[in-house]
Amino acid sequence: MNELSASSRITYRAVMVRPGVARRIRGLSDRTLAWLFITPTIVLLLAINIFPLLWTIYLSFTNYRANRANVPTIWLGADWYQSILTDPDIWAAMQVTAHFVIWTVVIETVVGFGLAYLIDKKFRGHGLWTTIILLPMMLSPAVVGNFWTFLYQPQIGLFNYMVAFFTGRDASSFQMLGDVTLSPWAIVIVDAWIWTPYVMLICLAGLRSIPDYIYEAAEVDRASKWRQFWSITLPMALPFIMLAVLFRGIENFKMFDMVNLLTGGGPGSTTEVASITLKRAAFESWRTGYSSAFAIILFVTVFGLANIYVKALNKVKSR
Amino acid sequence: MTSATTAHSVVEPSATTRRFAGSLVVLYAIITMIPLVWIMLTAFKSPDDAISYPPKVMFKPSLEGFCNLFTTRSRQTPEFIRSLGPPQGLCDSIARSRNMVVAGPSNYVPRFVNSLIIAFGSTVLAVALGTLSAYGFSRFRVPLKDDLLFFILSTRMMPPIAVAIPIYLMYRTVGLSDTRLGMILLYTSVNVSLAVWLLKGFIDEIPREYEEAAMIDGYTRFQAFVKVVLPQATTGIAATAIFCLIFAWNEYAFAVLLTSGNAQTAPPFIPIIIGEGGQDWPAVAAGTTLFLVPIVVFTVLLRKHLLRGITFGAVRK
Repeated sequence: MNELSASSRITYRAVMVRPGVARRIRGLSDRTLAWLFITPTIVLLLAINIFPLLWTIYLSFTNYRANRANVPTIWLGADWYQSILTDPDIWAAMQVTAHFVIWTVVIETVVGFGLAYLIDKKFRGHGLWTTIILLPMMLSPAVVGNFWTFLYQPQIGLFNYMVAFFTGRDASSFQMLGDVTLSPWAIVIVDAWIWTPYVMLICLAGLRSIPDYIYEAAEVDRASKWRQFWSITLPMALPFIMLAVLFRGIENFKMFDMVNLLTGGGPGSTTEVASITLKRAAFESWRTGYSSAFAIILFVTVFGLANIYVKALNKVKSR
Repeated sequence: MTSATTAHSVVEPSATTRRFAGSLVVLYAIITMIPLVWIMLTAFKSPDDAISYPPKVMFKPSLEGFCNLFTTRSRQTPEFIRSLGPPQGLCDSIARSRNMVVAGPSNYVPRFVNSLIIAFGSTVLAVALGTLSAYGFSRFRVPLKDDLLFFILSTRMMPPIAVAIPIYLMYRTVGLSDTRLGMILLYTSVNVSLAVWLLKGFIDEIPREYEEAAMIDGYTRFQAFVKVVLPQATTGIAATAIFCLIFAWNEYAFAVLLTSGNAQTAPPFIPIIIGEGGQDWPAVAAGTTLFLVPIVVFTVLLRKHLLRGITFGAVRK
């Protein structure tokens, strides 16, 4: 910023006087330049995202199988969509996904907001501790998730040892990953461990956006701390909380890597979230047409959520 | 307001509140660090220490995990091992103490190199494309601007598996399956949306007057972009690049589905490091540690821009 000398500040005034000048002195016209700058990105996205998406839509109406490319492709119409929407296995996967999404979002929001509220008290060293808390979020969920299978080992795992230590149960009496009732919670715990800091960080921004004078006014009016929390803190941080909730909701709806490594959908299909079902259909049974249809259904759902998300983003932005 | 009232402002939390809040946060931080510390400890344990019960916090440090990470070994008879010359290096002597000899290097280094090439390649591309489009969207009147920006963001919202199905077919047709170039293009397309949104925020903050002044001094628009805007946006570009790098470095879903040998990155490789009789946890932990250290460094560097990065530039603090 300092490199621009006083002369540019003087010429800045000149622009104010003669607004047309900037436009007249140029090499390429702004219009051409705008398109030159934007087109490469759009072309890449069309080639790597949109063209494949259109192809998926086409495949979802056919019996195509990627491992039998020579079998003639038959047009099936909306058959796959009908069978997916009436398939109890798909609805079971959706239920697993819903359990996962709802519980992770609830836990992450409550704990994340709580942490943000505490960090906002600006105790000594809060910057350092905040950075430490943020670490799990930045690391590869797959690589770290994989290591959790070790922590969850019934005989030797640290998690089981700690639970045993604090509850007095036998460490080998329960299997976080092998038990039908525990495994859905095993993936929730790891996800909450990774992503609570994410919610915390956004909530912290929300809390810090509340100006002090509002609290000062509330103190003058003798509003209790409790009342201040419910009438000022929470409503004013709400757009930020919503943003975090929506983003976590979308991301966890698509959850694949961590669950794939921790349980692979098992035992049985108790942790088979939608993405795992999709992967099994697409890359294990090679039912390409069927899985394409399922992919489109998932995509439409995410797209709808993303729409709401962007609206929320713009709302926060305008603050 | 006098200085006395600011010092003891009604909204300033009391010392007790602060201490209470601080201790709770520190407690959470310590609990949340346990798995990460455990990964690092396990990396330096011998296989026996790693699977002992109760879990060992104090142990004799060993480099066996790292040796097993970088080498492949084959089991031999004691007679054969005795017939060999003196062990070559530390890893060889560790292997021989377990009746094995080092057979050759493991695949970890090639996978790590793949991760580096793909992460850096896609980051450079995504940031270059992103900077150009961000400038375009920030400064020019582009028809359907909001729709284009939403379209760019929405591509990142797609479930990776749903994208992987057609990409798999497409890459098979054009010969990009299991190639670094294919992965670079794919990660670029995912990262470019983040880059556009983040960089647009950063460029929006640079006053237009700077360029306009430069243009009056005789620069063309393009020159003004290169000589005035880019230097101003350096911090933003660096922060964006680190975010792209972290995404590409950490990515697993595409990598596991679309690569097998040639272009496989570290994340799908680390979980399949196995020793005799199941997973070789010290080796997995060693591989994980080496893989995570760069990210920890980057996180500390990025901490001021984290919020921006994770919200696509919406929240700027």
